[in-house]
Amino acid sequence: MTSVLYDAPGPKAKRRNLLLSVLFFALLALALWWVWSVMDDKGQLEWSLWKPFTTSEAWTTYLLPGLADTLKAASLAMVIALPLGAVLGIARMSDHRWVRVPAGAVVEFFRAIPVLLLMLFANEFFARSTDVTSEDRPLYAVVTGLVLYNASVLAEVVRAGILSLPKGQSEAAQAIGLRKSQTMGSILLPQAVTVMLPAIVSQLVVIVKDTALGGVMLGFTELLNSRATLAANYANVIPSFIVVAIVFIVLNFLLTSFASWLEGRLRRSKRSTGAVLGADDIDDLNAAKAGGPHGTGAGGTV
Amino acid sequence: MFDFLSKYDDPSLLGAFWVTVQLTVFSAVGSLIWGTLLAAMRVSPVPLMRGFGTAYVNLVRNIPLTVIIVFTSLGLADIFGVTMGARDNFDLMYFRLAVLGLVAYTAAFVCEAIRSGINTVPVGQAEAARALGLSFSQVLRLVVLPQAFRSVIGPLANVLIALTKNTTVAATIGVAEAAFLMKGMIENEAQTLLIGAVFAFGFVVLTLPTGLILNWLSKRLAVKR
Amino acid sequence: MKLRKVTAASAAVFALALTATACGGDDSGDGGSSSSGGGEKIKIGIKYDQPGLGLKTPDGSFSGFDVDVATYVAKELGYEPNQIEWVETKSADRENALSRGDVKLIAATYSITDERKQKVDFAGPYLLAHQDLLVKADSDITEATDLNDKKLCSVTGSTSAQNVKNDFAPKAQLSNRGGYSECLSALQSGQVDALTTDDSILAGYAAQDQYKGKFKLAGLKLSNENYGIGVKKGDTETVNKVNAALEKMVSDGSWEKAVEDNFGPANYKNEPAPKIGQLVK
Repeated sequence: MTSVLYDAPGPKAKRRNLLLSVLFFALLALALWWVWSVMDDKGQLEWSLWKPFTTSEAWTTYLLPGLADTLKAASLAMVIALPLGAVLGIARMSDHRWVRVPAGAVVEFFRAIPVLLLMLFANEFFARSTDVTSEDRPLYAVVTGLVLYNASVLAEVVRAGILSLPKGQSEAAQAIGLRKSQTMGSILLPQAVTVMLPAIVSQLVVIVKDTALGGVMLGFTELLNSRATLAANYANVIPSFIVVAIVFIVLNFLLTSFASWLEGRLRRSKRSTGAVLGADDIDDLNAAKAGGPHGTGAGGTV
Repeated sequence: MFDFLSKYDDPSLLGAFWVTVQLTVFSAVGSLIWGTLLAAMRVSPVPLMRGFGTAYVNLVRNIPLTVIIVFTSLGLADIFGVTMGARDNFDLMYFRLAVLGLVAYTAAFVCEAIRSGINTVPVGQAEAARALGLSFSQVLRLVVLPQAFRSVIGPLANVLIALTKNTTVAATIGVAEAAFLMKGMIENEAQTLLIGAVFAFGFVVLTLPTGLILNWLSKRLAVKR
Repeated sequence: MKLRKVTAASAAVFALALTATACGGDDSGDGGSSSSGGGEKIKIGIKYDQPGLGLKTPDGSFSGFDVDVATYVAKELGYEPNQIEWVETKSADRENALSRGDVKLIAATYSITDERKQKVDFAGPYLLAHQDLLVKADSDITEATDLNDKKLCSVTGSTSAQNVKNDFAPKAQLSNRGGYSECLSALQSGQVDALTTDDSILAGYAAQDQYKGKFKLAGLKLSNENYGIGVKKGDTETVNKVNAALEKMVSDGSWEKAVEDNFGPANYKNEPAPKIGQLVK
């Protein structure tokens, strides 16, 4: 791989790079050796602590039901938040001030608040004001918190998706006499959906990660929470953490790869307008109130 | 109406938000340093460093922050004996562990923001610098990074705001910040809605000015091309 | 065409995510609040993470003293073991779950206290436990007062550690964990010096294979914990039935056998079976 930041290495640079590689490798190896020896010291490498993960029971009794709950909460949150987000996003672009301003306020408000606070609040609200059973309450609270937050993020995704379409699209629609709702419904939204797809899949990663909060703070029996029940049986705190982290990494890596595959495909596609909202944009939209798009990923290649 | 607030003094409402601010500031400084180093690794001529940077970012971004924070307590502190120089003061120890976890997580996002900032610097700039005979570190230090930093203020502001919200995860290991206090209050007091509003307001106050100031700054400092 | 394929592919992912959750979906909502038995299921709240008392074992079944007692009582109420639906009730949720009717009974290391009696009714007690300390096998901590300047593990939502600090060792340092198993691993690595809660719970943990021989109970009786079976406030009929079942369990020797099965390996010297309705203060 060549880069504009440095020349193709000559003999001297090659030697220096090699030296740096060796040094860096030594540092990494030292760190790994320290981790390994401490774990060995504390008996965390004993096979009896890791063996449970090779049996089907550890998975079918603890981890898989936990993973199923994680996915259930995440997909419910996404399915409910998408239409809500679409409505909020379109309302925010309305020509009427009395629609635009409240929608904007709602979106900015919920994006500014940590999702954990929303979950804690929802949990207490369900406990006091509804007759959701105490078994289901954590799921309801987690999904409510995620929906409130992600609907506002998705509202911004929808808005950015529609704004990314060439102006000629809506002008042409007006020219042939379509009403505003027709322009939105049959011209802009269908195109924006494809533009937004990668961003929506990337947002799923954020949602999956946030479900873990419910596990620790609300007792929602998702993956991280089922780790605790598992560790109560096998007394393997560190191994169970590592396994759960790997499961999260694999799951989210699949989602991320799928999103960037979609993104690349849509960029190359001839029939689209070439506008795509990708993972970089999603990172920005998850923070509140920093305003405008920032042309990330554009410019020269490095 | 607000008398329930005075019942809580360990931490008090302001005290808890002060801890949130401290967590944010320390983690922001730490993740800016570590994230910049990671970004430098990711564009460096040494393949091993590039590989490490890429692997770090892709692994850490896909793990829930909650897992990382809880791990600093149950893993780092309990098994590895990492006490962050505060073995005999648990409050301080968990605070520092939370900062460590937040830095490890946020640095991945800082790294990506800076890397995309480096991408916005026109190729000609780096080529001209190399034509002058500057080395990799000189190209990066004197030409590319100064321009990159100015164009990443916007994305970095977003990371900072996300970090401010993410500090609430420190409540999972008992750091007495805003979310921790809210959990205690909301379970014991009757005015659920009022408590929710108070804490929501607190976070709006924390994130709104940050966003506005940094947004203004990023427009002012943007490299005009 | 290409776009349509992409859309279809992403739809497939969502569908996959949804079906994945479908197999995890539980059949909740079949009315745990319906009070009459007879062929119906009964919902009983237990702990899932306390070896010796209530533990979800790898084969998906449940074991422990609380579980055995609850199974016996349910049988006396007319429910076979396969009619019992176990529900995890965390400490903080117990009163709420009973008063809302989410579960019929709770047998989850549920100490009878005056404060709780205002919200729920109790049958029993069925076990007398004491607050105690768990320390490393080679530890020199023998009294609660030895804990001054030592580190004590405390579990979120439990007041046991705070009580020790207030009453015996004001200079002890408390370290909060999410659960007892986390405290155990901290104790093993020396991050904390002691763990305190009911001796029955501590014995269960200390008897786990991985921890055998590494810890010991200090043998203190810092408090009296009368474990009762929680019932919805005002449901005197159920309380009486459960009390009768508990009495029968003691008299026919099943109680002794359950103690032997669950606490025997833990080397835990239990108190004799308590008299129904008599609390040891």
